[in-house]
Amino acid sequence: MLVEAVPGNQAEQRLLARIIGFTRLARDNGFQVGIHEGLDAARIAARCQVADQHGLRWGLRTLLCGRPSDWRRYDELFDAYWRGAVTGGRSELTGASDRAGQTAGAAHDGPVLSRGADANEDQTADASGRRGGASEQLSMARTDFRHFTDAGDLRRLEDLVERLARRMLRRIARRRRLARRGSRISLRHTLRKCLRYGGTPFELVFRARQWRLPRLVLLLDVSGSMNLYSMLFLRFARALVEVFRDIEVFVFHTDLVRVTDALRQRDERRRAESLALISTGWSGGTRIGAALDDFYTRFSGRLLTRRTIAVVMSDGLDTGPPDQLAAALGRVRRRVRRVVWLNPLKGRPGYAPAAAGMQAALPHVDVFAPAHNLESLAALEPHLVGL
Amino acid sequence: MQNLDDIRRRFDSVGYVAEPGLSVALRLLSQLKRPLLIEGEAGVGKTEVAKALAQAYERPLIRLQCYEGLDVNTAVYEWNYQRQLLAIKIHETRGHSADEEERHIFSESYLLKRPLLQAISMEQPPVLLIDEIDRADEEFEAYLLELLSDFQVSIPEIGTIKAVSVPYVILTSNATRELSDALRRRCLYYYMEFPSFDKELNIVSKRLPEVSAALASQLVAFVQSLRALDLRKKPGIAETLDWAGALLGMDVAKLDQDPDSLIPTLVCLLKTREDRTAVTTDVVRRLVAASA
Repeated sequence: MLVEAVPGNQAEQRLLARIIGFTRLARDNGFQVGIHEGLDAARIAARCQVADQHGLRWGLRTLLCGRPSDWRRYDELFDAYWRGAVTGGRSELTGASDRAGQTAGAAHDGPVLSRGADANEDQTADASGRRGGASEQLSMARTDFRHFTDAGDLRRLEDLVERLARRMLRRIARRRRLARRGSRISLRHTLRKCLRYGGTPFELVFRARQWRLPRLVLLLDVSGSMNLYSMLFLRFARALVEVFRDIEVFVFHTDLVRVTDALRQRDERRRAESLALISTGWSGGTRIGAALDDFYTRFSGRLLTRRTIAVVMSDGLDTGPPDQLAAALGRVRRRVRRVVWLNPLKGRPGYAPAAAGMQAALPHVDVFAPAHNLESLAALEPHLVGL
Repeated sequence: MQNLDDIRRRFDSVGYVAEPGLSVALRLLSQLKRPLLIEGEAGVGKTEVAKALAQAYERPLIRLQCYEGLDVNTAVYEWNYQRQLLAIKIHETRGHSADEEERHIFSESYLLKRPLLQAISMEQPPVLLIDEIDRADEEFEAYLLELLSDFQVSIPEIGTIKAVSVPYVILTSNATRELSDALRRRCLYYYMEFPSFDKELNIVSKRLPEVSAALASQLVAFVQSLRALDLRKKPGIAETLDWAGALLGMDVAKLDQDPDSLIPTLVCLLKTREDRTAVTTDVVRRLVAASA
């Protein structure tokens, strides 16, 4: 293919080098460009009339872009690379190609434009746009969330947390698809099986029973002591909201607030606004018992069933009376399938649940797990999904 | 599909206004034989591209609407079990061997071709529209990827069926789910924005020639400024056309004649309760005054 695409003419060969330089530049800027795209770019250049800059600009755009964020950055990149070279018509193009030949090699290190903060973008790339290796991700997975202080790291971490929740969805969808078919007769398998009886369907093959997802109720502690973790948990909750249909999210410190709808907002700006509105008074003290009581009186009738999994994310540092917490949690537990308590402190070496609140809560908890790094969040899946 | 002007002319003749960028994308679609992935907000006319392409080049249009749980049996092929069972019963007395029997009931005449198999078994390459690919499950996406790169389908009972012709594949996505990088790389990409004022005016006058030029430019300006507001669901092109039709039916000659009478017709444009309450009478008056 490449042979076909390479024109004999020397000027056109230089142009080809220029185009390959451009695809490299695109790749360095985080576009998903492989060898195939390079070859196709060469074919576009050779076949589509390159002289018209329209064809080149739009042709390479459809080829190299893969997502809206690419689409929006493309023009900037294109102009940065081809400025002066493709402003008008072929004469200038060939005239510029002497220069082009020299710069083609250097183009690899050409301008790498800053990457937008679009949440969809692949944030594993570092500042220069090159991808970080697997080891980097691995170490990130094991580092306690509180050790991330750099704003860029935090953003990357938040993206990873979101992706984690999405991966859960993928697995859930697959399992659900296999099981959703309900108890219907599967003609395909029935027929297959009965071929040996000459086609009389003696044995019916049924499809599996319905596989149901649990209802999730998340209760996030956003008090001062949880400061280092609460924003991340909220991000995790947000991703879960997108993944699970049946989910409710509450935050509590001294009061309890329902944030499901705020998290469900698709529009980033609106979501930030509604969360900012809700978050007045965050990072104060905690009264877990009172918050749970409040939750129980207001929402238990509607939300707590045998199919509900209640997840509390808190460090258990309670300023209220421990008895109240124990009683409230016990009441909740009697109504639900399972109570999962996630404590970010549990991941620290030498941690023992000494806090009075935590001690009081433990007898009423089915799963007590750490939630201090990505790995521990990923390990939660069976507790959140299985019934 | 080599000439850009020709593409534009043909699309024009079927009432679709193709931007220059889109014509280039369509030309590449036919030259490189790669699928074209079109993304954009709901209502910008993604699906229309495939319909217009089919019409403009007089190709059959085969449409596969994706949804959660879509599987190979609904998208590619399925055996006609009922007929197979009947055939087995009928042939029972004839004393064929089991082998013969099996070969017979798993022959092509008992095969129900679903859209994807249909698309690759046509003499003349059709336009294959895979609508809202983001709604399908990831596993189906992976399967589709395989089909779109090899253009062949393997059916265990028969063997591999190779494509007779390579269809023009257009995929659309609303981004309800992030698509896999593999799929994105496999496809050409086009991001569709809401149309510019000129383009939308062009569309309205093409589709509804009865609307007077003055009213058309007013109503398009109105819709365009409506989109600039912070709405939950921005009105698409279809909504604009609906509204133009409604205004036509009400014999409205100019928007600024009686702005208040427009309020009830806004049901054509605003589709959520939040948006209805956000666009108050005052807002309508202001927008009408601005678009006059």
